Amino acid sequence: MQALAIALVLACGVAILLTAFGMYRALDETRRAYYERNRFADVFVQARRVPESLLPELRAIPGVQMLEPGIVGNAILDLPDRVATAVGHIIALPANNVHQLNVPLLQSGRYPEPSSNFDVLVNEPFARAHGYLPGDTISINLNGQKRALRITGTVQSPEFIYTIGPGALMPDNAGYGIIWMPRPTTAAAFDMTGAFNNLAIKLASGVRPETVIDAIDNLLEPYGGLGAYDRSRQQSDAFVSAEINQLRGMAVVLPPIFFAISAFLVSMVMGRVVALERSEIGLLKALGYSNFEVCLHYLMLAGLVAVTGIVIGWVAGGWLARNLALQYAEFFEFPFLIFSVSPWIYALAGLAALLTTILGATRSALTAAWLAPAIAMQPPAPPSFKRSVIDVAMDSARLSQPTIMILRSFVRWPVRSLMTSLGLAMAVASVVASAFFNDALDAIIESAFYESNRQDAMLLFAQDVPLGALQDVRRLPGVLQVEGQQYHSAILRHGARQKTVAIEARFPDPDLSRVIGADGAVVNVPPGGIVLSERLASQLDVTIGDALDAEFLTGKRETLSLTVSQIVEQYFGLGAYVDLEYVNTLFRQVPQVSVVNVALDETRTDDLHEVLKGIPKLASLVMLSDTRRSFDETIEENIVIMNTIYITIAVLITVGVAYNGARIQLSERARELASLRILGFTRAEVSYILIGETLLLAILAQPLGWLIGAGIAKAMADGFTSDLYSIPLVLKPATFASASLVVLTATVASVLIVRRRLDRLNLVAVMKTRE
Amino acid sequence: MPETVFRTEGVTKVYDTGNVKVFALARVDLALYSGQLTVLLGPSGSGKSTLLNILGGLDHATEGRVWFRDLELTNLPDRQLTRYRRDYVGFVFQFYNLVPSLTARENVQLVTDVAPNPMPAAEALELVGLDHRMDHFPSELSGGEQQRVAIARAIAKRPEILLCDEPTGALDSSTGVQVLEALRDINDRFGTTTVVITHNAEIRKMAHRVIFFQDGKISRVEQNDTLLAPSEIAW
Repeated sequence: MQALAIALVLACGVAILLTAFGMYRALDETRRAYYERNRFADVFVQARRVPESLLPELRAIPGVQMLEPGIVGNAILDLPDRVATAVGHIIALPANNVHQLNVPLLQSGRYPEPSSNFDVLVNEPFARAHGYLPGDTISINLNGQKRALRITGTVQSPEFIYTIGPGALMPDNAGYGIIWMPRPTTAAAFDMTGAFNNLAIKLASGVRPETVIDAIDNLLEPYGGLGAYDRSRQQSDAFVSAEINQLRGMAVVLPPIFFAISAFLVSMVMGRVVALERSEIGLLKALGYSNFEVCLHYLMLAGLVAVTGIVIGWVAGGWLARNLALQYAEFFEFPFLIFSVSPWIYALAGLAALLTTILGATRSALTAAWLAPAIAMQPPAPPSFKRSVIDVAMDSARLSQPTIMILRSFVRWPVRSLMTSLGLAMAVASVVASAFFNDALDAIIESAFYESNRQDAMLLFAQDVPLGALQDVRRLPGVLQVEGQQYHSAILRHGARQKTVAIEARFPDPDLSRVIGADGAVVNVPPGGIVLSERLASQLDVTIGDALDAEFLTGKRETLSLTVSQIVEQYFGLGAYVDLEYVNTLFRQVPQVSVVNVALDETRTDDLHEVLKGIPKLASLVMLSDTRRSFDETIEENIVIMNTIYITIAVLITVGVAYNGARIQLSERARELASLRILGFTRAEVSYILIGETLLLAILAQPLGWLIGAGIAKAMADGFTSDLYSIPLVLKPATFASASLVVLTATVASVLIVRRRLDRLNLVAVMKTRE
Repeated sequence: MPETVFRTEGVTKVYDTGNVKVFALARVDLALYSGQLTVLLGPSGSGKSTLLNILGGLDHATEGRVWFRDLELTNLPDRQLTRYRRDYVGFVFQFYNLVPSLTARENVQLVTDVAPNPMPAAEALELVGLDHRMDHFPSELSGGEQQRVAIARAIAKRPEILLCDEPTGALDSSTGVQVLEALRDINDRFGTTTVVITHNAEIRKMAHRVIFFQDGKISRVEQNDTLLAPSEIAW
């Protein structure tokens, strides 16, 4: 049972190592193979309209190996099986359907005839979400013209491993589809005949993206180039990378904790085993066994525990890794999964587990080896105690003798006490670190959806529309309130640092989409000022009052100097905000907006969707009310899974530490406790001594666990922070309380199991024997 | 005739060790009297410890009946046996069984804290001549001193009976004598009914009664009219 408890903790370390490494390798390898086979581009750029005549110049840029011009655009879809509008991201198929780069992989059906203005391919998840098969028909609103499209096939694409619509925060496969359309039709729809607005570039091997990016930006500037970027800013790849990095982090951080705890447990238990087998050791040596053989015997005993743990860990880890990797492959749209946990990872996990176990057993094994046979066959000297400063304190506290026994043992073996506490603290920390996530996500949802983005929907137009459009939208069915804003791609520069971002321009005192300061009040941007999110400010190394240059990639592509007027904490994206009226004045343009935020009467959304499907200039629609719901649902699901995993881990650690601790207590104190029973102590009184020390250590472990948990939470929050999102460090008293509750309950259960052995103490044997 | 403290009727104890049944006690009838110091004498395995365990409420007889005064111990449940030990019985063991993490005084306090009418721990230690070693831990005391602490611990609750299992078994002669003197002194001073197990025949000379054991049975009982002081005993 003791050995099993240790083996299970060890197995946890092995399994997590295998799982995290296995999944990390599987995702990384799968992605690499997918990108390579389907020629995923290295650099991407969008522009307003670039004539095809510019292609030779672009191709001539040193470092460019291959490039593929494309046409992309968004359009509103009218789906037969859906009342709400959906958004289609349209991509032109290359001439003759021969892709140079970002080659989609046909999953079903066939490519459309290149001349067809009716047939399209759709991405597999979109088709799956609606149950579409080749031959089905959907409607699209292209340039004010509603037309039917026939699906001829479904594909997966390396560009859309993780698909997320414009302005959306979560994937919505039913509401956002990728549609590949024959080039002539697409060009006609978006007025791109003889031109393109999207470019994918493959670099020659060894070429750094930055060198090519500058050249491309220079060439595309006159054509509304929105700034070229490498894979790190390609949305799908950025999400996959973030996930892969997390897995790698998990593989590096978690297993050592389990190995360290098992090493400690092994050292504790083996120490006791050697003490109990003292006379046998003496006998073996008297019979002629060498020190080396005795040492080896105990190392092999520990090795046996290790092997049990390793095998359990291998089996569980191998199974978990495969299943989780399969789930990942489904969550991310990979057409295949390369899953091979190479033998060296198994070997590494096994070796690490074996080494830590042996390390834990070494001290005891050496003690056994060095024991002189004559001394070994005599009983060990009783543990010596000395009065210390603590005794003075205990005297004045007038403690009961059993309590003194507990405290003296605690002080007598400080390292063991500390390690036990530390082990239990790690269990607490495990729960804190996972529960923290719930609170952090709650804070994010509260901030993003209930304080900042309070609108029910966002209407995104293909081009800027005059302010009068606000009134038109206001008159749509179910619309209660409207607010306009603009998005501008821009490069922000401060000193040597620069960042390409989407600046939001807003009217003062908005009610729906707001920027909230630390004090909870709405932040307005003064004319000539810019409000930045904290992460963006730190990336640009600016503080309030600093001036930075904003090179707008839209409109007249002017560069303005703006003063940082405030820095706010935000969890999604890299927010930058300016005053809309100021921008309109500066750009010397009639007041216009590109996005309309609306508050809706929920009962009339169906009517609204019906009308929206026919609005020609509408490029995209984000239903924030739906996003809120799906966010809540997804998070709830994930949190249940995550909490289950971490609580299981915490319970395993606790049982491993507390059960073994109490068993050793019992073994060491058996004689003492039996004597007390003989002296007339009741079972409850004797149990107090046995349970007391472990519980005291468990209680002392709580604040330490909270502290470590908070530290891990902080590390996780920092680790998760990327350009896409950040996780706030939210730690609530309830989190600490629930962590302590889990660990203390598991501790009490463990020691109670051991306590039952007290009932079987042989009082008579104690009378006669000497330990 | 003094009052009877313990009485047994046909007490039998059988240890069932697989195929072999060992009769540790075979139909023992016995009476022990108030205020007397009785020595149970006999070779190893003769059944004296088994009897002491049954009298002390640590073990049940396989057959027969046992009384402590009017209280029948025969089938007393664990909870009441614990109560019985706590209120009436003091134990002294061959290997002292002190708690190593408690000082001499604290070891005695273990008992005085839970007994209904104890003497102060310091007084008990004074009775065994250890008042100057009260704050020492067992590891800082000699074997004789440890055994005297054990006696102090046993008598501190003013038990009616004191059961000692080979109290000098682990000690040399002169240290053993000190321990016996402490037992004699307690018996004289408080009239505590004392039972001492030994296989050292010399010790019988200090007892009021000597009960000889052989093969799980009482072989004979002697009455001493003149008691030797422990200091007159040597082995």
